Amino acid sequence: MSKLNEIADRAAGATPPSLAGAVRGLSDKSIAWIFIAPTIILLLAINIFPLIWTIYLSLTNYRANRPNAELKFVGTEHYEKILTNPDIWAAMQSTAHFVVWTIVLQTVIGFTLAWLVDRKFRGHGFWTTVILLPMMLSPAVVGNFWKFLYQPQIGLFNYIISFFTGAEPSSFEMLGSVQLAPWAIVIVDTWMWTPYVMLICLAGLRSIPDYIYEAAEVDRASNWRQFWSITIPMCLPFIMLAVLFRGIENFKMFDMVNLLTGGGPGSTTEVASITLKREAFEKWRTGFSSAFAIILFVTVFGLANIYVKALNKVKSR
Amino acid sequence: MKKFLAGVTALAATAMMAAAPTPSAAQSKTITLCWAAWDPANALVELSKDFTTKTGIGMKFEFVPWPNFADRMLNELNSKGKLCDLLIGDSQWIGGSAENGHYVKLNDFFGKEGIKMEDFAPATVYAYSTWPKGTPNYWALPAMGDANGWFYRKDWFEKPELKKEFKDKYGFELAPPKTQTELQKIAEFFQGRTVDGQKVYGAAIFTERGSEGITMGATSSLYPFGFKYEKTPGKYDMEGAVNSADAVKGLEFYKSLYKCCTPPGYTDSYMGEGLDAFKSGQVAMMMNWFAFMPGMAKDEKVGAKTGFFVNPGEKVAASTLGGQGISVVSYSPNRDEALAYIKWFANPDVQKKWWSLGGYSCHNSVLNDPSFKTSQPFAAQFLEAMGGVQDFWQEPAYASLLQAMQKRLHDYVVADKGTAKEALDGLIKDWTETFKEEGKL
Repeated sequence: MSKLNEIADRAAGATPPSLAGAVRGLSDKSIAWIFIAPTIILLLAINIFPLIWTIYLSLTNYRANRPNAELKFVGTEHYEKILTNPDIWAAMQSTAHFVVWTIVLQTVIGFTLAWLVDRKFRGHGFWTTVILLPMMLSPAVVGNFWKFLYQPQIGLFNYIISFFTGAEPSSFEMLGSVQLAPWAIVIVDTWMWTPYVMLICLAGLRSIPDYIYEAAEVDRASNWRQFWSITIPMCLPFIMLAVLFRGIENFKMFDMVNLLTGGGPGSTTEVASITLKREAFEKWRTGFSSAFAIILFVTVFGLANIYVKALNKVKSR
Repeated sequence: MKKFLAGVTALAATAMMAAAPTPSAAQSKTITLCWAAWDPANALVELSKDFTTKTGIGMKFEFVPWPNFADRMLNELNSKGKLCDLLIGDSQWIGGSAENGHYVKLNDFFGKEGIKMEDFAPATVYAYSTWPKGTPNYWALPAMGDANGWFYRKDWFEKPELKKEFKDKYGFELAPPKTQTELQKIAEFFQGRTVDGQKVYGAAIFTERGSEGITMGATSSLYPFGFKYEKTPGKYDMEGAVNSADAVKGLEFYKSLYKCCTPPGYTDSYMGEGLDAFKSGQVAMMMNWFAFMPGMAKDEKVGAKTGFFVNPGEKVAASTLGGQGISVVSYSPNRDEALAYIKWFANPDVQKKWWSLGGYSCHNSVLNDPSFKTSQPFAAQFLEAMGGVQDFWQEPAYASLLQAMQKRLHDYVVADKGTAKEALDGLIKDWTETFKEEGKL
């Protein structure tokens, strides 16, 4: 401590008297502002400014590939076009299908796995690690190897289905069929991210004090009753948190879907982020794609806010 | 005085020698050439060694796989990047690259260096060099002629039992088809058949959704059936051309070819997938670019068993144009060296070597050489194909136009959405909107 004081004294001695006087005159609030100012400036530069700039671009006919072209203010034209475009609505439907089903499956399977892993059994640590492996992989790797697994002629997935159903392996195409492709991407995302939901649920299960179960047993509550009256309600905030994280993440899912199907067959699995990428970086309709990005942002932000309010209500119960 | 003069002369000579670009000094200059990563790019690396030897200018190469080539390179151009001094860009980029100032206009340079466009095949000059189309405004030197053609298993086609069975069934010889209808019959014949103990399929065709695949594939049927982009060239009057009865027939044909005769899971396939299917003996025929023919002819496993034929006609003889011109990127800090490369590349001797290494020269001295047609097993077919090539829009908005076609075609052909007429009507709607945004309608 004396060493620290010595350093502080030396630093104070080295400070020019004029600066020392100025600093001495600052309030605690001012000093706090000085410390957080760099972070706020950084946040403004990398978050708020691009957002405002995107809103501005969404009201113009700007194209990034023609920077010298005349810039025209088009008002809300892009927003009107987007909201009345059937292809965009189809993309939003594909996104909704993907988000809803991945969340439902990941929550049910994730919670079940967490509940099983929470039972102390021999080797449970090892199996927990094995279950967590998929989420540690890169989405690019996952996309590519599932593409092989789904290959109708040599893919393992088709052979497994064929083994159980007796159907010819090459008689169905998971990625090429309009009916199956949306489910193919749901399966892969569920395989990859269920462990993540499981981890959060496991944290929830382990946060429930044992004495509550002991009290329930004293009251002769059945296992089923304990599950519905203790486990689920006390775990619910954690489950809701997992749903929130996965929901936001899957709403903007791009890499894995792009690798698996590229939005196809046709436009069957063209989720909103793929449409956005095509408009922004293939067609170079920067103004139009900015408007679409703002609509997506408002949708996610609005839904997430409503959801967080519900989450807070559950937590405060 | 004499001593003084001799001294000054020696000094001046030394200074001049120091100022002259010695090979070792020029060697320090290196230029980068950007292109797609495929067989001809390897041939160009080999060819360019002569340029370095001759000029002392080093060559670096940036090759990007085809599916990402347009994205990567157009991003580079739009951000005014200095990565590429020379770019062998796709023919459809020329309108945008000329109008947005990405390419250097080469007219003055060609005039100064005596490079004549008449020395190159007219179809390639039109497609790879000019913007606005057909005008004498040159933005590239034709570098790599290409068209969509067909590869077939000569050994299977020559099997007597198959020949007989085919003739009995269809009433014509099992040989490279002369029409699209014949092509489909041959594909049908092989579909699901066991050949040499292996189950095989009819044809590998382009169905890729992400970049340009299905458009390049389907147009190989659309053009021969009579599809046109406009009724009057340059007027953007698409109604009755894009969705004409012939165009509808062409698109229905492509879908039927896809449905009847491709291997299972062939829903998102382009050049690479086709080559894999063909080399592994899965398909009897493969649609692919002429650029891959030199490599295939040398392939240890199937090279000797492979034959080549031009995209068959139907109502007219037509092939989908591939290929590219070589341009100088206007943001390059090494413009003089890049132009020096173009001057060197335009030389007839270099063009001859380019062809011999596996590149497709567009130079008349190579193409009109009496020995050209027999120089490779696909040379005559190449000449025939280049005589009837048609290209996609080369407008500055080509990317929007292409994406619209990719979507409409994939929705109809692969995803079974709507009819051919609806797909083509929808395409006119999309293209009209794009041209309106562009101020062309």
